[in-house]
Amino acid sequence: MAPSTESRVLHAPMKVEFDYTRSLGSVLSQFMSALKQHSVLGGVLADGRVVVPPPEYDPVTHEAITELVPVSDFGTVQSWSWVSEPVAQQPLEKPFAFAQILLDGSDAPMLHAVDVDSPADISTGLRVRVRWAEQTTGTIRDIACFEPAGDDVSEGSASMDFGAPEVTGIVSPVNLAYDYAASPEETKFFQGLAEGKLYGQRCPVCEKVYVPPRGACPVDGVPTTDEVLLPDRGTLTTYCVVNVPFVGQTIPIPYVSAYVLLDGADIAFLHLILDVDAADVRMGMRVEAVWKPQEEWTTDLNNIKYFRPTGEPDAEYDTYKMHL
Amino acid sequence: MAKIPAAVIGVGQTHHRAKREDVSIAGLLREAVDRALLDAGLTFDDIDAVVVGKAPDLFEGVMMPELYLADALGAAGKPLLRVHTAGSVGGSTAIVAASLVQSGVHERVLTVAFEKQSESNAMWALSIPVPFIMPVHAGAGGYFAPHVRSYIRRSGAPLHIGAMVAAKDRQNALKNPYAHLHNEGTTVESVLASTMLWDPIRYDETCPSSDGACALVIASEDAVKKSGVKNPAWIHGTQMRSEPTTASERDQVNPLAGQHASAALYKQAGITNPLEEIDCAEIYVPFSWFEPMWIENLGFMPQGEGWKLTEAGETEISGKLPINMSGGVLSSNPIGASGMLRFAEASLQVMGEAGEHQVDGARKALGHAYGGGSQFFAMWIVGADKPAN
Repeated sequence: MAPSTESRVLHAPMKVEFDYTRSLGSVLSQFMSALKQHSVLGGVLADGRVVVPPPEYDPVTHEAITELVPVSDFGTVQSWSWVSEPVAQQPLEKPFAFAQILLDGSDAPMLHAVDVDSPADISTGLRVRVRWAEQTTGTIRDIACFEPAGDDVSEGSASMDFGAPEVTGIVSPVNLAYDYAASPEETKFFQGLAEGKLYGQRCPVCEKVYVPPRGACPVDGVPTTDEVLLPDRGTLTTYCVVNVPFVGQTIPIPYVSAYVLLDGADIAFLHLILDVDAADVRMGMRVEAVWKPQEEWTTDLNNIKYFRPTGEPDAEYDTYKMHL
Repeated sequence: MAKIPAAVIGVGQTHHRAKREDVSIAGLLREAVDRALLDAGLTFDDIDAVVVGKAPDLFEGVMMPELYLADALGAAGKPLLRVHTAGSVGGSTAIVAASLVQSGVHERVLTVAFEKQSESNAMWALSIPVPFIMPVHAGAGGYFAPHVRSYIRRSGAPLHIGAMVAAKDRQNALKNPYAHLHNEGTTVESVLASTMLWDPIRYDETCPSSDGACALVIASEDAVKKSGVKNPAWIHGTQMRSEPTTASERDQVNPLAGQHASAALYKQAGITNPLEEIDCAEIYVPFSWFEPMWIENLGFMPQGEGWKLTEAGETEISGKLPINMSGGVLSSNPIGASGMLRFAEASLQVMGEAGEHQVDGARKALGHAYGGGSQFFAMWIVGADKPAN
């Protein structure tokens, strides 16, 4: 049996999270503002059909939609499917139905959730009504879900003010959780770091030493192979001083971000330079790694806290100019 | 098989701004698209295919926005393609659109590129910490600043060259009503006095963060005739090249892909001396020092001497090779659209429609874009005359 991928390569969780601020434009601003007032608006297409949610542009004439009309918050199920295992962020936490619902007064169905206990409780033709969220704020989530209407009939839309839309933007949070996997070649490098060693690998074709090693040499397309133990010192080829604060930043500014070319390597990597005034950092400066205490070592380039000047004379420009 | 001659017959763009909170992404695109169609005297019914481009989806957090944009772009019942090559995407999108016409597949193609940076934060999106490595990344500026330092070291350029470029582009932007930044009174001295952000790059030497879109209508020779457009921008050549982001001894200052692309472009356009034969150029300069760097990469000057053209004032609108007459990326940067804006501005110049920033008698212009870690290049040459080749 082949070894599992998990045993061959390093994994780590990686999160990408951001609250996007979305401007809605005229049509959706009116739609969202109406939802806040417990009213549903449809867009009137060029051919007279009413569509919910209202599109911004007519699918046939491509003209901007300008006319919005209230439709009922009651409607009829046209088609449905059962969700037996809801996932995070879905409208309901218990099993429910996703349904195409034709709201009274509209000509095309909208997709939403219907809160019923079992597939036996929903069928095509079922009358349903909007269940409004406890607090409506002007987002699509103001419609919490739909529920069976029984024999009730709509009391008509809540009276609403058609002035300038109150809601013109929404916040759209994105949360992406990845399982980040290093390549087999990188894994060897990161595992070496856990022992305080820097392993590069030589490309069998061009014989350049890559650190970290590569699954594919960018020039020859083959994996780097022969392992080369590299020293933890080298030459700073070029750098910048970062003086910009930004969301997600983890290192206090200002800091020197520099390319360090380890002795014996044929490619530089980015790291942090400290123990020297930024103004005194130079291209060609000789630097060495400052490691964290051994008990804190993990499979991470952060084991090297930073690089600092060795005090040796600067490297001759000719020795590193081909790495710029 | 010979290519079918093709030309730009319609150009449209938005007034680029920091925040366009009054429109959705679709609404932003439509401003540019409607202007391009109006300029070409066409409607959506005349369009055979739509090619859309934008930078990474993480910049607005909309996955595959081309799906949702199909209605707004009038794409129902037509081919709709999305192109992505990072920052160069506006250029490569226009080239894909041009190829569809030059190959004889379509008569009239609408192409549009955009970015609505205010919906997100590109600096964040380009600096997400990756497991196991040092989190020293600091956006595009952090990536490019060390390579700018390498250029300065290699060429021996005086340190004020970057500021000269920034002052020139900001002055040019004052002549362009669509430009995002209209910073009156920007001078070499004021740029040099601005905050150092990513030493050696100062605040005034960086591009803004913009909301904006750009659209072009590209037509075949037959369709140009039928359109009645009298001053089309004929496409004399298009080239794209790519290369790895990192490779041992990769030249980050003068990337091979850019050298090869420009050499092939000149050959295609029948140009033997670009500095003499090209009347003006819109090139992708998000950080001021990239003007002299790309002057060399594009073969206008020998290696190490690009800055001399800038220092002599020859890249001003009145100079020998005006560069970024529109104010360039330094004055407007809706990332996905920025490349297409270069291609569009080159077109406007040879159409004679560049308004106050028109270069007198411009008949041949270069549009250029690059992206990623200087690993994607897209460029074209447009001319007032139909290409002989």
